[in-house]
Amino acid sequence: MSPPVAKSAKSEVSFIVNGEAKKVLAYPMERLLDVLRNHLGLTGAKEGCGEGECGSCSVLLDGMLVNSCLIPVAQADGASIVTIEGMSAHAMMKPLQEAFLECGGAQCGICTPGMILAAVHLLEKKPAPALADIREGLAGNLCRCTGYMQIFEAVSRATRPRVAQ
Amino acid sequence: MRADPAEYKLVSPHNLQGVLSLLAGDPSHWLPIAGGTDVMVLYSAGKLPNRNLINIWNIPELRQIEIFPHEIRIGAACTYTALRIHEIVSREFPLLATAASWTGGIANQNRGTLGGNIANASPAADSLPALLVYDAELTLISARGERRVAYRNFHTGYKQTLLAADELIRDISLPRRFSGYISHARKVGARNAQAISKVCLAALGQMAGRTIHDIRLALGSVAPVPLRLKETERMLTGKRIEPALVEAARKIVSLEIRPIDDIRSTARYRSVVAGNLVAEFLEKLAAEGANA
Repeated sequence: MSPPVAKSAKSEVSFIVNGEAKKVLAYPMERLLDVLRNHLGLTGAKEGCGEGECGSCSVLLDGMLVNSCLIPVAQADGASIVTIEGMSAHAMMKPLQEAFLECGGAQCGICTPGMILAAVHLLEKKPAPALADIREGLAGNLCRCTGYMQIFEAVSRATRPRVAQ
Repeated sequence: MRADPAEYKLVSPHNLQGVLSLLAGDPSHWLPIAGGTDVMVLYSAGKLPNRNLINIWNIPELRQIEIFPHEIRIGAACTYTALRIHEIVSREFPLLATAASWTGGIANQNRGTLGGNIANASPAADSLPALLVYDAELTLISARGERRVAYRNFHTGYKQTLLAADELIRDISLPRRFSGYISHARKVGARNAQAISKVCLAALGQMAGRTIHDIRLALGSVAPVPLRLKETERMLTGKRIEPALVEAARKIVSLEIRPIDDIRSTARYRSVVAGNLVAEFLEKLAAEGANA
């Protein structure tokens, strides 16, 4: 016997997304990832595995790195969310972007928003990480192009002072 | 097939009493959800049978770590990240802090909870062997009241527990009497992060010179429940660590565990690795005993 089907109702969710107050009308079990992409048009967070294994849907929720595919939107009510689209003004963004370009840290690009957010989350806690810290900080983010070494090198390079050319 | 969110309810009572009242009304109706790292995986795949969920994330009573002279009490919805950064957990319960660091990647550690790991009752859960060797006790709470149970009795079979349908795990208590023990934690899996263990070990030991004064061993992924190796412990206690004892330990470990073949490993491999992990700990104990 299949369980009785509960007909749910949409309700209003209010949160801060990339610094702006937003309200959406959504079913409480809609995934934060789908609300960001489909209701708010923020397609930087990607769906990779849909089960919290790959990190391509990473966002910051009240400053914590999370997989937005595993979060019912009702649990984000009242929260502050930062997606890759909201990172452009972050102090680490320019050095990370430059280092990813220089080291070949991005190829197809699907994992890149999650890699950058995981790197920022790490660097906010550990501004001068050892390689082991970088490996651990990015271990929840899968990349099928680079083989990871270029990404680790990029994060490491982004933390070093740049030498004038 | 992907789940249709229109077919699932999620209510957020925002306090513990509200959660317990809902559970008391119609217990079999509701599934609690905290960080969602297990529940949402099933949901996304369209395989979650429960259509009515109660949000227990951000219930303050479930998120605190309380320190008492003889024990610490960890709220069931404390995350792995909260365990890793807590000074007393890291210092006095390093096996738990280490297991927290093995669980998923950072994003999952920011959401996954210790109570969720216990209630989900996977025999492969990384944090559960640590709870066995630290003699954890659980406080279970419902609108009917609360009861405290020894964690070692909590899992009654594969994915079966003592938790009644209207009960929540409120907190996990750990007695503060193991900080003088030598501890050893090892996970063997396909990779460190995001991979479920093939075998994992949590071990505590106390030496009297070169003799084992007390030893506590627990393994994950080798039986239908997280397993304390009582017979191996009994055989080892009071013995001097020598190569023949290490070989005898491997043998009794292999008799005490009940591993299976599954997608992650084979029973034979798990049996050999379980023996190796215990042997490795005995060698560490011997080295530390010799230095003492």
